[in-house]
Amino acid sequence: MTRPRTLYEKIWDAHVVEQRPDATCLIFIDRHLVHEVTSPQAFAGLRATGRTVRRPDLTLAVPDHNVPTTARLDAAGGRLPIADAESAAQLAALEKNAPEFGIRYIDAVAPEQGIVHVVGPEQGFSLPGTTIVCGDSHTACHGGIGALAFGIGTSEVEHVLATQTLLLQPSKTMEVRVEGEVGPGVSAKDIILHITGVIGAAGGTGHVIEYTGSAIRALSVEGRLTVSNMAIEGGARAGLIAPDETTFAYIKGRPYAPKGADWDAAVAYWKSLATDPGATYDKTVVIDAADIAPSVTWGTSPEDVVPITGIVPDPASFADPSKQAAAAKSLAYMGLEPGTRMQDVPVENIFIGSCTNSRIEDLRAAAAVIKGRHKADNVKWAIVVPGSGLVKAQAEAEGLDRIFTDAGLEWREPGCSACLAMNPDKVPAGERCASTSNRNFVGRQGPGARTHLVSPAMAAAAAVTGKLTDVRELMA
Amino acid sequence: MTPLDKVEGRAIPFGLKNVDTDVIIPAHWLKTTTREGMGRGAFESLRADPDNLFDSADFKGAPILIAGDNFGCGSSREHAAWALGDLGIRVVIAPSYSDIFSGNAVKNGILPVVLPQSAIDRLMEVAATDPVFVDLEHQTVTTQFQDRFSFEIDPFRKMCLLEGLDEISLTEKSDAAIGAYEKALDADRPWMRPAA
Repeated sequence: MTRPRTLYEKIWDAHVVEQRPDATCLIFIDRHLVHEVTSPQAFAGLRATGRTVRRPDLTLAVPDHNVPTTARLDAAGGRLPIADAESAAQLAALEKNAPEFGIRYIDAVAPEQGIVHVVGPEQGFSLPGTTIVCGDSHTACHGGIGALAFGIGTSEVEHVLATQTLLLQPSKTMEVRVEGEVGPGVSAKDIILHITGVIGAAGGTGHVIEYTGSAIRALSVEGRLTVSNMAIEGGARAGLIAPDETTFAYIKGRPYAPKGADWDAAVAYWKSLATDPGATYDKTVVIDAADIAPSVTWGTSPEDVVPITGIVPDPASFADPSKQAAAAKSLAYMGLEPGTRMQDVPVENIFIGSCTNSRIEDLRAAAAVIKGRHKADNVKWAIVVPGSGLVKAQAEAEGLDRIFTDAGLEWREPGCSACLAMNPDKVPAGERCASTSNRNFVGRQGPGARTHLVSPAMAAAAAVTGKLTDVRELMA
Repeated sequence: MTPLDKVEGRAIPFGLKNVDTDVIIPAHWLKTTTREGMGRGAFESLRADPDNLFDSADFKGAPILIAGDNFGCGSSREHAAWALGDLGIRVVIAPSYSDIFSGNAVKNGILPVVLPQSAIDRLMEVAATDPVFVDLEHQTVTTQFQDRFSFEIDPFRKMCLLEGLDEISLTEKSDAAIGAYEKALDADRPWMRPAA
């Protein structure tokens, strides 16, 4: 009998092309997602060396990072120009590179366009048991369907384009087991924020995290994508959730997914990937789902998490002197005093979107809170940015767009938007944003912007009250 | 890629923990189609302070950067490595790095040295006034005060840095193995090919 293996080990073993004398392996990449920001230099490198794309059929390009989220077509259906010259040039480069190198391309005005990590699973391009890379750290997202997926730099993008492989060292394995049932108002986002608070921003460095336990299995695929998306915020290059019937039901029938006899063979294979009984992880963290509250960040690292019922911590309360210094710096940047109740923190901006929280379930959760209510007067800017054109169309079919616009929120075109402030969607300096995105770094949502990471329902609650709010109080 | 063996000079005693790549190079600097000129945007928010270390008389152009735990966390943007390189940094010394950043660094001829916090503390002290010496071949960081810290590095990364190797050319030597893998994959798991 073979040694019991984890999900990670099984996927890794199935992708080894060559093992080098040390532990380094040449790993085959099944899917390569490409966007406009981290690819131009890679294509330029191919051109300069006369190289071609080895497997254009396994490569899918879609612009998302700096496309504006305002209307892209005029009344006559013509494409509107992008005002920012540099963004326009990057988009033009991808539009030129994709056909020149023969890769699949979803253009900026296609109905399927959206954030690359929303589009991949939605199109059935991302599949369980595959290796997926993209020049974007939130590629970890696709681990939610059981793919070994991770972000790479531009040199690696060029390497994958040229060879369809990467030279990698095996990662260590970490299990984060969340057992039990979460309470009302607690979403997948709260689960991953809580986990990040527990393990820390470097807790998963060098590891691939497998999320297990009944609270994870109970999540929809959308929720699992949210959890795995933020594996990187805990330092892990990739997250994984074992594919199961929930996963298969989600994937079946999607455009690039296997069909007919291929589907049956695929499902049989995917079922064999679950971690074997007796397999061991290098590290295990166990979390009681009942301990997870609707959560919010107070600082400038995603590990700076407290329950919404909590207070801004005193830097002196941390044992580690470097964390004390970091916390003091964070609070100065965030303009917060220790001891302040999180629920007393006013917010002027609301962002509902990003590869973490822009799927249909996220929009439904936010709409359920905001329905029949209106944003508070002190909320100056509140935008809802669906993750893809298909999510947008679905939401409109369900009337969610009207719920948001009736409440005074703006309904936008799909893209990364205010998550990283590359396009015109930015939070003004010194102002706060309740954001469903994944990073509260200094300047992430714009120079001087102060980000509080929350779930979609919590962002909607903050929009209604104009301050960070326990969504459970609006649910009664 | 420029080979790297010995680096000596001033080391910026930066020391912060969890420095993310948005801090190293904010997103608005990513709207470019080339790798050049990123140094102008490096550490932009910190350099807004006229008294910042990076632009001080002592440390402007210093080839070594000393940082805290989890350096380069967050976004995968290789622009962070390009920005450091453009500032003139060839070596970063920290207790740990994000996995993506350390890979990006090596691919751009920047050596990520891992040393324990105690060594970092000592080097921060020395760096304030005196140079630091890094020797990749012998895997040591030394000072003129008889400090000597040994570091570990993956042999493949070491070779790439010492010889300034292009990894794609190396992998192309495995072309036959990749072809064989693709053939076996088509036979064993034909459904892996995108259906449309």
